[in-house]
Amino acid sequence: MLDKNGIAQRIAREIRDGYYVNLGIGIPTLVANYIPEGINVVLQSENGLLGMGPFPFEGEEDADLINAGKQTITTLPGSSIFDSAMSFGMIRSQKIDLTILGAMEVSENGDIANWKIPGKMVKGMGGAMDLVASAKNIIVAMQHVNKAGESKLLPKCTLPLTGVKCIKKIVTELAVLDVLPEGGFKLIERAPGVSVDFIRQATLGKLFADDNVPEMVF
Amino acid sequence: MINKVVSGAEEAIKDIKNGDTLMLGGFGLCGIPENCIHALVEKGITELTCISNNAGVDDFGIGLLLQQRQVKKMVSSYVGENAEFERQLLSGELEVELIPQGTLATRCMAAGYGMPAIFTPAGVGTEVAEGKEVRNFNGKDYLMEYAFDADFAIVKAWKGDTAGNLIYRSTSRNFNPVMAMAGKITIAEVEELVEAGELDPDQIHTPGVFVHRIFKGADYEKRIEQRTVRTKG
Repeated sequence: MLDKNGIAQRIAREIRDGYYVNLGIGIPTLVANYIPEGINVVLQSENGLLGMGPFPFEGEEDADLINAGKQTITTLPGSSIFDSAMSFGMIRSQKIDLTILGAMEVSENGDIANWKIPGKMVKGMGGAMDLVASAKNIIVAMQHVNKAGESKLLPKCTLPLTGVKCIKKIVTELAVLDVLPEGGFKLIERAPGVSVDFIRQATLGKLFADDNVPEMVF
Repeated sequence: MINKVVSGAEEAIKDIKNGDTLMLGGFGLCGIPENCIHALVEKGITELTCISNNAGVDDFGIGLLLQQRQVKKMVSSYVGENAEFERQLLSGELEVELIPQGTLATRCMAAGYGMPAIFTPAGVGTEVAEGKEVRNFNGKDYLMEYAFDADFAIVKAWKGDTAGNLIYRSTSRNFNPVMAMAGKITIAEVEELVEAGELDPDQIHTPGVFVHRIFKGADYEKRIEQRTVRTKG
């Protein structure tokens, strides 16, 4: 079973040289720590920055330079700054190669719910609806089951949707799964020490698994 | 050259009245028009509709207007980090319209570019699409979203000149340029105000034609919402 860093580390392997990538808040943010040596990626922050660098050294924080999580950050050589409309222009016109974000639920046809729980205070969708509606490649980073032990990979989402038929790949603490175009979750890899049966039990949506699903190697 | 300079925040907001719709630039607390917000609090006008990506925090930014119950409706993409906001929303004192962030920015842009509406895929198939026209282009569905109609746009820039030309600094640019273009009246507060001719025309982000009033902000706190650092070594 993977911890949050393990999920991030596994997702980092999906990143190719030359990618422009948008990382959501939570586990996706950790992906930046595991981008392999020799792979050049440019991180987009949708508040208006391409080329997001690490946190500043203490005393060098700049109130005018933050990421979409409102954290103080830095720029890198080759960074650029732009306004919010242009930022979502590059998202909508698919200039961003990969979007990685968290989810509360994903359905077997690729729908995602990640912004609202009825009866709880709604904070808003931020840029998530724009990202999932336009990104050409989206990976979801999330726990396989919720805190109540219920599967988050469902036949149909029960929570209000963020986007429809948009998720292609999911990485959880148990597995890597693809969402099949015809519907259903295809088991691609198992986390170390996790059996197919265990994953099947944690997956409420349709699960397809070959006889020999490989275990992740780190 | 037309001189757009006013004496300060108080004069800049002098004709904003109860019930007006305002656009306020900024992302989180970054690049918000601090001086105008303080002046609006001071003036005590109420029933405002505020179009702004966020709603500030309890004791800073738009949170100050919320504390004084001056806001009737917030139009935002994300309103976390604000307990007073939550209280007013749950008690029904405050109305909120949540809009995807890209849609928010582009509805501002549309207003500034003189276009009545835009088509965006954001929100298709979700509750955001309820009651909206859906059009299919090249096999993909899009929602029609209208340009905003705001009485005033209030923005913060880094440098400005007496002709109203603006330059923003770093990610404090965010929503400011598109909102600056979108207001019937646009008010810009700047950290540094110079004579027309001192800014390089090639470096201007917002041309002065969009700006009706400009002043140098008396003071900037520039509060940081999430101070994140790494240690040397």
